[in-house]
Amino acid sequence: MSEKKVSEQITRSNQASISIDWSYADAPESTSHVRFNKHYGLFIDGSFTEYNENQSFESINPANGESLYRCTEANKSDVDTAVKAARKAFKGTWGSTSGTQRSHYLYRIARMLQERAREFAVLESMDGGKPIRESRDIDIPLAAAYFFYYAGWADKLAYAFPGKSPQPLGVCAQIIPWNFPLLMLAWKIAPALACGNTVVLKPAETTSLTALKFCELLQDIGLPDGVVNIVTGAAKTGEYLVQHSDIDKIAFTGSTGVGKVIQQSIAERQLPATFELGGKGAFILFDDAALNEAVEGIVNAIFFNQGHVCCAGSRLLVQEGVAEKVIDLLKKRMQHLIVGDPLDKNTDIGAVNSKEQLETIQRYVELGIQEGATCFECSGSLPTTGYYFPPTILTGVSQSSTVVQEEIFGPVLTIQTFRTTDEAIEKANNTPYGLANGIWTDKGSKIFYVGNKLKSGVVWSNTYNKFDPTSPFGGFKESGKGREGGISGLHAYLKLDHNGGMY
Amino acid sequence: MEKKQTNDDTSQINTMNSIPKTYKNYINGEFPRTESGRYYSCEAPDGKHIANVGLSTRKDVRNAVQAARKAQASWANKTAYNRGQIIYRIAEILSGRREQFTNEMVLLGYSQEAAELEINACIELIIYFAGWTDKIGQVFGSVNPVASDHFNFSRQEPVGVVGIISPETPSLLGMLGLLLPNMVAANSQVIIASTQIPLPTCTFAEVLATSDVPAGTVNIITGLKSELIPPISQHMDVDVVVGDQSLDIELRVMCELESASNMKKVYFWNSFISLEELNSSPNETISTCLHTLKDPYHILHVQEVKTTWHPISE
Repeated sequence: MSEKKVSEQITRSNQASISIDWSYADAPESTSHVRFNKHYGLFIDGSFTEYNENQSFESINPANGESLYRCTEANKSDVDTAVKAARKAFKGTWGSTSGTQRSHYLYRIARMLQERAREFAVLESMDGGKPIRESRDIDIPLAAAYFFYYAGWADKLAYAFPGKSPQPLGVCAQIIPWNFPLLMLAWKIAPALACGNTVVLKPAETTSLTALKFCELLQDIGLPDGVVNIVTGAAKTGEYLVQHSDIDKIAFTGSTGVGKVIQQSIAERQLPATFELGGKGAFILFDDAALNEAVEGIVNAIFFNQGHVCCAGSRLLVQEGVAEKVIDLLKKRMQHLIVGDPLDKNTDIGAVNSKEQLETIQRYVELGIQEGATCFECSGSLPTTGYYFPPTILTGVSQSSTVVQEEIFGPVLTIQTFRTTDEAIEKANNTPYGLANGIWTDKGSKIFYVGNKLKSGVVWSNTYNKFDPTSPFGGFKESGKGREGGISGLHAYLKLDHNGGMY
Repeated sequence: MEKKQTNDDTSQINTMNSIPKTYKNYINGEFPRTESGRYYSCEAPDGKHIANVGLSTRKDVRNAVQAARKAQASWANKTAYNRGQIIYRIAEILSGRREQFTNEMVLLGYSQEAAELEINACIELIIYFAGWTDKIGQVFGSVNPVASDHFNFSRQEPVGVVGIISPETPSLLGMLGLLLPNMVAANSQVIIASTQIPLPTCTFAEVLATSDVPAGTVNIITGLKSELIPPISQHMDVDVVVGDQSLDIELRVMCELESASNMKKVYFWNSFISLEELNSSPNETISTCLHTLKDPYHILHVQEVKTTWHPISE
């Protein structure tokens, strides 16, 4: 909204009697201070390879559907070069770098990310479609926090695992998703480097930008060449990386389907591997909870980051007596959510990451309706260009509904009711997943009773979607293997030799 | 008073000093035969027939997994103190019956010395792990200092149902090395016994049955690994498979491949000692093996970390 328009509005409202327009004025974040190239090579052995148009792909800004930049699709030989560079660094410079020195590099990365936080936040929102408020307040500060936390471990590893002599694994192949690009990079690279490993990381093909900008930062701080290598590309590049014969570890975050394929593909190699896969979190709302707060919790659980969150609370299980009231409150609250330009500071829900994902979400909602669900969507208008999907709830679903069993990865909440506590637990656990669940009640003992019985790696009680570098994150069942964050997160990047010192 | 009349043939007590035992599976606290009715002959090194042992099938695996799943919560719901006492009780019962075990091991090729040493090591290992039940969470759990107003803690929880593929030898110690961390973790399990020397594992079921271990917590089946590994690793209600690195490589790869069906965790530990090595240097091999198996990190592998958040506010 222009200045003139605002002043007209004030004048109008001063003239009284006329109804006031309470809608927010536009508040776009400036992009003038961010710089990025129109095309990128791969980051291998400390420098960018030459960009080759014939071996490139386009990254779209999902907010408007326009091309943002192009980057290189790493082929088999590129991946091989990257792994070789990582191996060389592991055997050479990085292998002989002390824990103290490693910690200093990682601290410097954390500081540098803080210094350039706004720039990274803007880029993240442009590339991935997430609201600037999220990238600015959550993604980037948390990414820096993960580096800061693991920096401190690099020279203290012996204290983390009593009775063991921790050793690095070697070259780590890491594949990350598009929902939290820089944050997932931090989750992967920070512990790997703290433990003395070197890395070849593949960002998701729709969100390579912050990973590539991160390489600039590594050059600035003078991280030894080959310690971190970034190969951009899609599934094929990931396949080359996973199947490379000279890697010592795989860390994958993505869908359960791809996770299974990777586990199969490494069956013959007995490679250490950690997986952070899908989820179908339940948000269990008991009738004694503070309902208004709980509704805010639900909004955060499912609409945070357009619902592109593996641990999203995508299934509301609400106790029968308050179901009607909660649904009513939720619908009212949803009408106030602003879906729109990711770079606008008022935006609650930004753009869906890609056209493909938008179609997936649309397909699931249609399927839900076909299977008997009632659909409620926010009535606000959506931008006419770009990929957007309104916050949506599906009621009248059953435990066996596809939309209840499968991960949608979008702003779509299913709602079921329950009568007894045990019924809620049974329903919450009744999917192949086990990443995160929420419990909302005012009764402390109930939180522990339910929390103990939930089969998930994270239990958020009277809160949801909170993350911290000290806090282990990861799934039970088909949601993955291993943990990221905290001391558990170190475990995934170390060989723990039995030194028998405790006997 | 008239003397009670007795049958003539009871005037003499049978002088046969032992009755050969029928070895069976152990499922849900009971001793059923394999549903297949098939068997293989378990022989001494000189080829002498010792016992018929069941060749279990996919159906037996299913029954055992079902029993294990049903029992898991009741095992996990016991207090850590109670689980520790029950595991300790296993050592007490085993200790009282050690001769039975050494006899079976010697029949199948162990030297007397190796058999005795292995049983001693088994008892030591059981007691070692009994002590971990109420300590593992203290050593490896954590309260996490998150940078927000939340109380946040992580603790270990059972993974659920485990498939255990015993190494061939050391037949009992190797099996226990896989079983005990899982019992401490509060998992329930289906054990595939050593094919070559199954008798001690079968007899161990009798120890379990008299040690207050709830029925179904530990289930034992005998047969061929090539027939039993596929149904275990394909089963959608098995969460983890643990075995030994000595497992035939083709079976191991098959196990890893099939386990991807529901993202089972698969671990192979290292406790294998060949019968020849056991007999030629029992002291050295068994003490090394015991040392390897006394590792609390084996418990961590078969547990899941659960992190709980709660806000702190007025």
